[in-house]
Formats: sequence, structure tokens, C-alpha cells
Amino acid sequence: MSTTYLVKGVSVAGAEPTDLLIRDGVVVETGTGLSARDAQGVDGAGLVALPGLVDLHTHLREPGREDAETVESGSRAAARGGFTAVCAMANTSPVADTAGVVEQVWRLGREAGLVDVQPIGAVTVGLAGQHLAELGAMATSAAKVRIFSDDGHCVSDPRLMRRALEYVKAFDGVIAQHAEEPRLTEGAQMHEGEVSARLGLTGWPAVAEEAIIARDALLAGHVGARLHVCHVSTAGSVDVIRQAKAAGVRVTAEVTPHHLLLTDERASSYDPVFKVNPPLRTQADVAALRKGLAEGVIDVVATDHAPHAVEDKECEWAYARPGMLGLETALSVVLDVLGPDWPLIAERMSRTPARIAGLADHGHLPAAGAPATFTLVDPAARWEVDPTASASRSRNTPYAGMTLPGRIVATFLRGEPTVLDGKAVK
Amino acid sequence: MIKHLLSAADLDSQQAILVLDTAAELANISGREVKKLPTLRGRTVVNLFYEDSTRTRISFEAAAKRLSADVINFSAKGSSVSKGESLKDTALTLQAMGADAVVIRHPASGAPHRLASWVGGSVVNAGDGTHEHPTQALLDAYTMRSRLGRIAGLHVAIVGDVLHSRVARSNVLLLTTLGAKVTVVGPPTLIPVDVAPALSPDLQVSYDLDAVLPEVDVVMMLRVQRERMNDSFFPSTREYARRYGLDAQRMRRLPEHAIVMHPGPMVRGMEITPEVADSARSTIVEQVANGVSVRMAVLYLLLGGK
Amino acid sequence: MAYPKAAPSSTTSGSPPSVKVILTETDLQRVVDRIAHQILEKTDGADGTVLLGIPTRGVPLAHRLATRIAAFEGVDVPVGVLDVTLYRDDLRLRATRALGPTNMPPGGIDGRRVILVDDVLFSGRTVRAALDALSDLGRPSSVQLAVIVDRGHRELPIRADYVGKNIPTARTESVKVTLAEIDGSDEVKLIGEELT
Repeated sequence: MSTTYLVKGVSVAGAEPTDLLIRDGVVVETGTGLSARDAQGVDGAGLVALPGLVDLHTHLREPGREDAETVESGSRAAARGGFTAVCAMANTSPVADTAGVVEQVWRLGREAGLVDVQPIGAVTVGLAGQHLAELGAMATSAAKVRIFSDDGHCVSDPRLMRRALEYVKAFDGVIAQHAEEPRLTEGAQMHEGEVSARLGLTGWPAVAEEAIIARDALLAGHVGARLHVCHVSTAGSVDVIRQAKAAGVRVTAEVTPHHLLLTDERASSYDPVFKVNPPLRTQADVAALRKGLAEGVIDVVATDHAPHAVEDKECEWAYARPGMLGLETALSVVLDVLGPDWPLIAERMSRTPARIAGLADHGHLPAAGAPATFTLVDPAARWEVDPTASASRSRNTPYAGMTLPGRIVATFLRGEPTVLDGKAVK
Repeated sequence: MIKHLLSAADLDSQQAILVLDTAAELANISGREVKKLPTLRGRTVVNLFYEDSTRTRISFEAAAKRLSADVINFSAKGSSVSKGESLKDTALTLQAMGADAVVIRHPASGAPHRLASWVGGSVVNAGDGTHEHPTQALLDAYTMRSRLGRIAGLHVAIVGDVLHSRVARSNVLLLTTLGAKVTVVGPPTLIPVDVAPALSPDLQVSYDLDAVLPEVDVVMMLRVQRERMNDSFFPSTREYARRYGLDAQRMRRLPEHAIVMHPGPMVRGMEITPEVADSARSTIVEQVANGVSVRMAVLYLLLGGK
Repeated sequence: MAYPKAAPSSTTSGSPPSVKVILTETDLQRVVDRIAHQILEKTDGADGTVLLGIPTRGVPLAHRLATRIAAFEGVDVPVGVLDVTLYRDDLRLRATRALGPTNMPPGGIDGRRVILVDDVLFSGRTVRAALDALSDLGRPSSVQLAVIVDRGHRELPIRADYVGKNIPTARTESVKVTLAEIDGSDEVKLIGEELT
């Protein structure tokens, strides 16, 4: 028998304050002035309730790089960030290209019990881009994989990409492409532009991303498949996706919080905490991404949470691994960028990613009969980002020292709290 | 005075001229019998060279020793550096040793910036990746001034692989600060797309060396590596030399007074012919001599005050 | 001859300080003449002698002395410039200083009598630096010192051979020498502390 909770006076996605009575994993009743004798009270005064956030793009590093993160530590960071489900990318060691590895990750997620960990399967064996992995086996495994991605690498061979797009139609899967034409980005360190010309770092041109998205959208349209585009980073990519959607292609796209806030100027300090793939780009790109997200051309915010051990970041830029933490700061950054448009935030960070990932239990506004899977945000709070206070095993956050709005106070997963009073319960 | 010299852009016009004037005074030292000054006695200068460069390292070593500083050389081979010790750990070792200045040459752009955040002493960039080589630009400016009497108002052409050249970047920045007009010349593949907005709004770009030569007071040839051919930056060394090499015929297109410079080492027959390299217009040998005085000036200005 | 414009010698205390003129233009001229005569007397005709001015104001003073010596006895004493910045012992106490020129007189200094010329003698450290600089430049047969003002407070065992005027001063006071070649007029002032 689980505990009953009564959340008092909370604003659901910006609506008038209401109470939520939670029992057996479900919101059984909403309204004002509710009471229940056996319920544990949660003070929701001044707080906003959102459906539990769903991250389509997280790197949990386990198996293989447990020094940087584990499924458990990553889950804890996710819960503290208001997430109730994360999709774990396949570039682990060994690569998640078999039913065995995806089931291992799935099981580790259940054991940690803080968020629903939905494994993503690799598209190609070993992420090598040569042979299709056993996508069907991963789909029918206990992990029920639906999203497949070689993220970290691009599926650059057009014929292979076509086959993959077609193949997953059989089990309603979707290929999530890391769009980067590798021949245009050899040795690339940062966005190709004025800053890279000044800093003497090899550039990563925007066209390397846009050309692949255009190609893949045309392929997806041609074979009648879904396509998901990871971490869109350029204004040109937004235009390509807008055009593809207008032409009826079933393409969805994600943007990271850091691409909504930071530009390539950050690289001027040569501090590799700002090194990421795809790279931070110009103010014009940031503006286009914000506009695309507001319009819905970009469907979701996904963190691309990429933990790295200290030695992989406290070194020369060229030797550093690309990637930034994102789970604990995502909502705050989005709030800073979009403002308190709670219905839009709920749509982009919970409802739509849940739909794309096929996670039926997630993305529901806390209402009578809905799963009690939600998060409570204090919209008025402001907090300073302290890398040493992170639940992640790693410290590579680009927001260190910045003050951000919005603080997660509590997170509930199917009626059980994973975070209370801003702290993980386990 | 600035604490570190990481980029030529760290110096404003007044500071850059101070370096050149100081170097001019210090150049007299090499004419004396006792080529030593007590100015930096008791200070420690560390040469941290992750790239082989005997010439630059010796230049810095001579500069530091002539000012009576103690010099310690860390080179990439045969030290803990080659055994995989991180730059940060090396920096902490230098800190513990009390290095007053670290002169660093490194294959990764930005390494001196990272080092500056880990050590308490001054950091001098002796060449980082394809980013900058500020003391080279200073000695180039010094050479121009001694040959031509001024820098402001000169028209300087920088020819070659601008994309990969730290010498080019530093020179464009410094020459612009000092009031010269700069044109970069090379095949489009070797000139960064955003080079002008990145380095100087007045920077001119040309793909036609023959058109530029009659207009300039200084032509600076950059080294071009043959290996760039394999990445399709240009089709063959023959075509590169034909279109952008400085040979005797092209040299005759220069105005009477114009000088030819090269940071070295040269690839004779590629960007410059032996005839041009050895001609009276060529400042290649002086550039090396001027390097010691200029580096003495930099060390004095960074370490010789509060 | 062009001289670099420079700030008046010695630091000034707060404002408004008391100002007392120690030497007027005429006084300064007489002092220079007297030192020129003294040099001729003490060196027995200034044979084998060179004057080295210490920048900034020691330089025009050295030239004036050479002119007066030539006027009195027709002897041409070579004049040079000796910048001592690189030999100072107090570099770390202030921001980096620009270097002044160093020009040895024609014929050099080996085996000759060098007379260092400066405007004010105070702690003696500038002269000590000059002696170190000289020893790296050559081997004079002897070294003498000529100053316009000796204001006391020596920190080293150094004394001047030729002194224009001895002025007892408090440490907090300052002596300001202005010369026509650099500052536009000739004058020596004693500037006191701010009166409360």
C-alpha cells in the first residue's frame, strides 16, 4: 500500500491554484479545499505543477564510463531537474546495439527507481555506420526500444540511412539522426565563423548539419518514414525543417537548452566546458532556434546531457571531449529563455517528447485520472549554479556561477516522490 | 603593463611601440663585450616547449639569460610531459617551482590561455597551434621599422596559408594596431571565410599576388606545408608555386624600396625561391637577430616592474 | 637638440603644498658655471675626461657643463648619455619603466675619467646603478659625480665630487628641478608637505 499525498494550492501549468490528491500512482481528485485523513501534505503554495519532464536525449555513460556517470547518478540528476523519464543514448561501452545491452540499461534504471529510463538502441553495429544493428530484437526486448540513434556519430551513408528509416516502420520506430557530414567536420573544434577564425580553431560549418537534415528529410518523405533530428543548432536547419514539415514529411526536431542560450563567443576563453557537438553558434542562430521552438518547428527541448570526467575537460581545448551537463539546469534555462509560458513548456518538455518516445505514462497534466507523474517548480526562485552541488558524477556545466530562475521543489513518479524539498529522496 | 602576452591583440598601440623602443635600446647590448644585464637576476623563466623548435627556444633562452634570469627548459621529449602528464599537472609543478614566467609553445590553440589560469606567473605565448605567435609579430614589426623607418601607413602583404598560420594572425592584429594597411593573399581555400571580420575590418583579401606586389612596401611570405595538398587545399606544389610563389620575376614587380620577409623555416622552391631568399631585399637573417632583442624587451616589460 | 618631455623630478606630496624657490634662473646659471670651473680646477684642465648625463635632466646639464667648459678654456669634453633603468634595485616597486637612451661618447670610456651628471642626489641608488652600468660598459680610470642639488638622506656610501647647492630636506619634502630644454624654464623648487 503506497502513501497518499495531498498537494495543496498548486498552479497546474499556470492555471488557478488547486489541490491534488494522489493515491496508488494516480491523481484521484483535484479541486480546492481537499482533505484526506491519511494523506501526507505537500505545500504547493506559489508553485507550478508541470507534467513530469521527458528528455529524449541523455547520456548516462553506463556501461563503460561509470567514472563520469552511472544510470543511478544520472537518474538522480534527472529527477532533481524535474524529469520523470529519460531516453538513454546508445554510445556506451559496449555500445547498446543488442537486446542484451539495452535490457541491462533498462534494468539499471528500474533498480535506481528515480526516473523511467528508456534505452535508445544504436542504428548500426558498434556505431560504425556500416551494418544495421538488430533493431527488431531491441524493439521486442524488455527495453521496448522505439528510438534508434548512432548519436555521437552521423549515419552518413545515404543508402544505409534509407534502409534504417524504412526498416523501423515495421515496429513504429524512429531514427534519431545526429546530423553531421563527417567529411566537412574533420578535426573541427567549434563553429566555423568569425570566432573560430580569430581563435585559430578548426571550424564546424553549419552546412554540415543542414545538408544532412535536408537529405534525411527528403529520404523520410520518399520512404514514408518518421525522422527525428537531434540537437538542431543552426538557423538554416530550422528553415530546412520548416520546409520539410510544410511538405508533409513526418519529421520532429529537438533543441538543447545550451543552444538556446549560449553562443560561440564563449569559446574565447578556450575553456573546454563550452566545447560541445554540435558546437555553440552565433546569436543569429540562437534567435532562430528560439523562434523555431516557440512556433513548434522545433518540437521539443532535449538536454543532450553529456557528463565528462575532470581530466576530459580540464585540458587543452583540442584534447577535450565535447559535451555539457544539462539535466539539472534544463527547465531553468528554458524558463529564462521562453519566460513563464507554462503550457508551452509543458508541451515542449513533456507532452511532445513523451509522444515521440511512445511513453504513454508520461506527458499528462496532473488532472483527475491522470498518472501522478509530475514535477513542482518554484517559479520565483533564483539559484546560483554550483558544479560541486550537482547530483551528477561530473562537473562540466557551462552555467557555473550563473544565476538562473526556477527551482524544482518536488518530483513524483507514478505517485511516489523522487524529489522532495529540492532533494532526491534516495 | 599587461601580465601575460597571449595574443598580439593584448598590446595597444602605445604598449606595442614601447616594446619596439625597448628592443631598440636592448639591441645595443649585443654590441657590447659584456652582453648581460642584471635586471631579472633571481627570476626564473621556464621554457615549456611541447613542439620542437630549437630556434625559438634558443632565442627566448638567450633573451632571458642576457637579463640574468635563470632559465629552465622543459621540452616535450624525455620528460614527464612526454609520459602523458597533463598540462594542468605540469602547470602545478611550475607553480610549486616558483616560475616567474613561462614561455609556452604548444600544438593546441589556446593552451597558453589555459596555462595562464593555472599558474601565478606571467605566460608568454611562443606559438599555440594555428592561433598566434605574438613575439614573432613583434620582431617582424621591429624589422620593418628598422628597414623602412616606420610602420604606420605601410602597406603589408601577407602571402600563403593564412588559415593555418599563427604568424599571419598575430601580424594582422599587430600591424593593424600600429596603423599599417594589410592585405592577405593566397588561394581562397587557405584564407578563412570570416578572416576580415574576425581580425580587422580594414583587412583586404586578394587571390592575385601579381596584382598586389607593385602596391606594397613589405611582402611577408608564409610557410606552406606540402601535406596540405593531400587535403585538397591546392592541387599540386607546382601549381601553388606558380600562382603564389615569390620568384625573382615577381620580386622585380615590387617597388624599389620594398622588403621581403619570412618567419622561417622556409620551404625553398615552394613559397620562395633561393634567389629571392638570399637577395638584398630579404630580411630573413635580421629577423632572427632581432628576435632576441624583442624577446628581451617582452621579458623586461612583463617582469621588470610591479 | 631635442629632449624627451618628462615629468618633473621627485614625487610631489599632496596639495596644496608649500613651494619655496631655492634657485632662480640666474642662480642656476651661476651654479653651472661654478661647477664647470671646479671641474677644470680639480681635473687640471679636463684632459681625458668625459661627461655622462643620467636621463632625464642629467643630460641637458651635462651638455651645459661641456658648453661652459669649452667657453672658459676652449676644451672640448665629450658628452654621452647613460640610462640606468636596467640596473636599478627598485624596479619591482613600481610599474615597468620605459628605457632611456644610452650613448657612449666618441672614443668610449675605457681609461678615461668619467664624470656622471645628475640633477638631484638623494638616496644614492641611482648613482649606484650608474656605477654598475659603467662597469659593464668599460673600465674608466676613475668616476666622479656632479649634481646640482644634494638633498641628503643617503642610503648608500655615495658622495658627490661637485655640488651646486646643499639643501637639507625632510624626507616628505621634494626637490623639483626644471630646465629650459625639457620643462621650458630654469628653476629649482623645494616643495613641502601639505599644511593642515
